[in-house]
Amino acid sequence: MERVEFISREADFNADTGIRTETMMLNMGPQHPATHGVLRVVLYLDGETVVKAVPYIGYLHRGIEKLCEHITYQQCLPYTDRMDYLASICNNIGYILTVEKLLGIEDAIPERAKTAEVILFELGRIESHLVGIGTNALDLGAMSAFLYCFKERERIYDILETVCGARLTTSYPRVGGLPLDLPDDFEEKVRNFLKIFPGTLAEVDSLLTRNRIWIDRTKGIATISAEDAIDLGLTGPALRGSGVPYDVRKAMPYLGYENYDFEVPVAYEGDAYSRFLCRMEEMRQSLRIIEQGINNLPDGPYAADLPDVVLPEKELTYTRMESLIRHFVLVYEGFKPPAGEVQHAVENPKGELSYYLISDGTGKPYRMRVRGPSFVNMQALPNMVKGRLLADVIAAIGSLDIVLGEIDR
Amino acid sequence: MSFDVDSLIEAVNSAYPGAVKERIEYRGETTLIIDKDTISGVCGRLKASFGFTFLADLTAVDYLEIRTPRYEVVYHVHRFGPEIDENIRLRLKAEVDGQNPKIDSVTHIWSGADWLEREVYDMFGIVFTGHPDLRRILMPEDYEPFPLRKDFDVRDREASKRSFERALREGGD
Repeated sequence: MERVEFISREADFNADTGIRTETMMLNMGPQHPATHGVLRVVLYLDGETVVKAVPYIGYLHRGIEKLCEHITYQQCLPYTDRMDYLASICNNIGYILTVEKLLGIEDAIPERAKTAEVILFELGRIESHLVGIGTNALDLGAMSAFLYCFKERERIYDILETVCGARLTTSYPRVGGLPLDLPDDFEEKVRNFLKIFPGTLAEVDSLLTRNRIWIDRTKGIATISAEDAIDLGLTGPALRGSGVPYDVRKAMPYLGYENYDFEVPVAYEGDAYSRFLCRMEEMRQSLRIIEQGINNLPDGPYAADLPDVVLPEKELTYTRMESLIRHFVLVYEGFKPPAGEVQHAVENPKGELSYYLISDGTGKPYRMRVRGPSFVNMQALPNMVKGRLLADVIAAIGSLDIVLGEIDR
Repeated sequence: MSFDVDSLIEAVNSAYPGAVKERIEYRGETTLIIDKDTISGVCGRLKASFGFTFLADLTAVDYLEIRTPRYEVVYHVHRFGPEIDENIRLRLKAEVDGQNPKIDSVTHIWSGADWLEREVYDMFGIVFTGHPDLRRILMPEDYEPFPLRKDFDVRDREASKRSFERALREGGD
């Protein structure tokens, strides 16, 4: 329940009108449906105008960075999909790429695995943007757009389920490639999605993009200038909505993104509507990338030929003693990257996600640091809502598209 | 890439003698070890003269019983290139003593450093002098230990229990 308190020390008595005014403190969250998790924002209100907003985070803190110091590199993987659980596959792939960079085996990864990872990464982006747009619309009262978005998200979950057996917490690729070859119906399911999704996207587009109420609630709301956005370290649609064309896929390409033909959408107003437009266009660009990926999905091995890192095939584990021993050693001790440190960034749906791994030559990371986009983007909220109406706080939080699992880690 | 790290080091060293102690190249990434006392000046210089307008990350590492200045504060600074694929990323490191760890804040250079420095303070107990609002961010306000220090035992629940019991006492209804 929201608790309202009156602060008498800021009370002000106007002798002319005889009205006593005071700033009201409103505690929004941590259990509030529009905070997308367990975010608490303390709002100081003058009537309905926000004087000051102070976010409090940490209600979902699990200490993932500390936990990862005590387990092997491969065991860290399931923790990563519990950060941004709306795009867990993107977190997984980002982590795997960082470990591969630490091991120095990027060049050994087969093309089939890389292309499959690109397809899954872009599916994860669409999945996250669908929730971002859907819940933003839901918070502002547009229920139908939310239902269309979630219907399509189920189809992506079905594809993920055929690939890795899980829908939400995927924990999918492995260091060195894929754990198993892609299922036979993967291509058909993705092609089916490519056929159906543009129709749904057009429906969401017609429900929102030129919807008068939606425009009134988002245009000119929660604005942030390009200079402020860079200064605060915003990334993703929050930065591109302010006119800065920074996208890690173009700036520091990974997984062979430089070979794909796609655009980085940019909007210039810096408001909630601009960020919405960026997300809509990014989904169309993701479809282009998925189409190019599925058309060029090569045959061949799905995991690197690196016995020190990759587990042997299941059949060999059961039939050959050497493979069984190798399996045991890899599971119990893990592979041991040479001492050193790397940082690797990927363009997550919400912005730049980067992992910073330090190896001391043992099978466990000495330090794992996660720079989540939501954590940094969240800092923009007090600037965005200052001097605006209380109802705009909901629009601002929704348009930033935060996930508390990633903010608190 | 038309960016020359050597000239950057030279320019920084002429403005702040002895600021860049070492340059390390590993896996295609450049790391500069910066003298802790000059970190604020060096970062300001990197932003003003070399266009590193974007602070990608700020964190710390605890090298308990491995190195003598126990902590390292790590900065990842980023420069947007004139072309979209001409981006430069540098890693800066500053060594901080284990006794009374303290370093200058960079919040006046990049305001995005605010929460990142608060998190480092929360997790390692490193104090950032000049930070406008240095409070705990993820852990409870009255929590005493610093969890990401290497001498913190994850099985020790006493500190969490104290915070929880205090919250129960003061929570009332």
